[in-house]
Amino acid sequence: MSVGDSSTPLGRARGLGSAHHGGEHWLTERVTSIALLLLCTWLIASLLLLPTLDQRTVIEWLRAPSGAVPMALLIIVGFKHALDGVKVVVDDYVHEPGNNFVLNTILLFLAVGGAALALFAVARIAFGAIA
Amino acid sequence: MANAPNRPLSPHLTIWRWGPGMAVSILHRATGVALSFAGLGILTWWLFAIANGTDSYEAFTKAAMHPVGLVVLIGLTWSFFQHLLSGIRHLVMDTGQGFELGVNKTFAVLTIVGSIVLTALLWFYLLGVAK
Repeated sequence: MSVGDSSTPLGRARGLGSAHHGGEHWLTERVTSIALLLLCTWLIASLLLLPTLDQRTVIEWLRAPSGAVPMALLIIVGFKHALDGVKVVVDDYVHEPGNNFVLNTILLFLAVGGAALALFAVARIAFGAIA
Repeated sequence: MANAPNRPLSPHLTIWRWGPGMAVSILHRATGVALSFAGLGILTWWLFAIANGTDSYEAFTKAAMHPVGLVVLIGLTWSFFQHLLSGIRHLVMDTGQGFELGVNKTFAVLTIVGSIVLTALLWFYLLGVAK
């Protein structure tokens, strides 16, 4: 710090550290993991409680708000948690900035695209006509 | 690194004797990657199969009940439980607890035992109901 430097201690610390940003990513991973703990327990309990797993039974389960809404949340939180987790693996092993950016961008597109596909399928089940 | 290629490096993976903590650590990463790609991929496929009518659901069921499909699904179930239990261990350690050597080792071993037991219980139940 030189004379005349008006920046605050926090301002000087921001952007430093190995990751160059704050703890948001780390914290998001933990929060989504707790949400998935609840949502995956719901999914397994629901599948075990269904009398059979034939298509008609599964459609009736997923058409109801109590099925479609948690499933949509599971998709959104699941893909987000997967993206955050795989990014850590990429950042650990792919150091070259260009390759790192390309790989993380491909993974971002895959995650958003996958989540959109899965949500579309749930919407079709929830709002479609009964076969 | 680039400035001092010949500096001494600290001992890395090859020199340490393997223990439960290391095994659970790398399993958490491996199972997370497996769940991100195969797990979410199959979940999306399953939702599309439900939405798309009888033929596509039958195709999914046939693939899932094929020996190879069963191995993949049982493997992913184990991955899920291993990642879940190991994730709970990480959440506990995030609070600063469970770092004593004995406790840490016991907790690591318990995640492996627990994931195998839960996978076995779930699939004995599922295959029992299917028959």
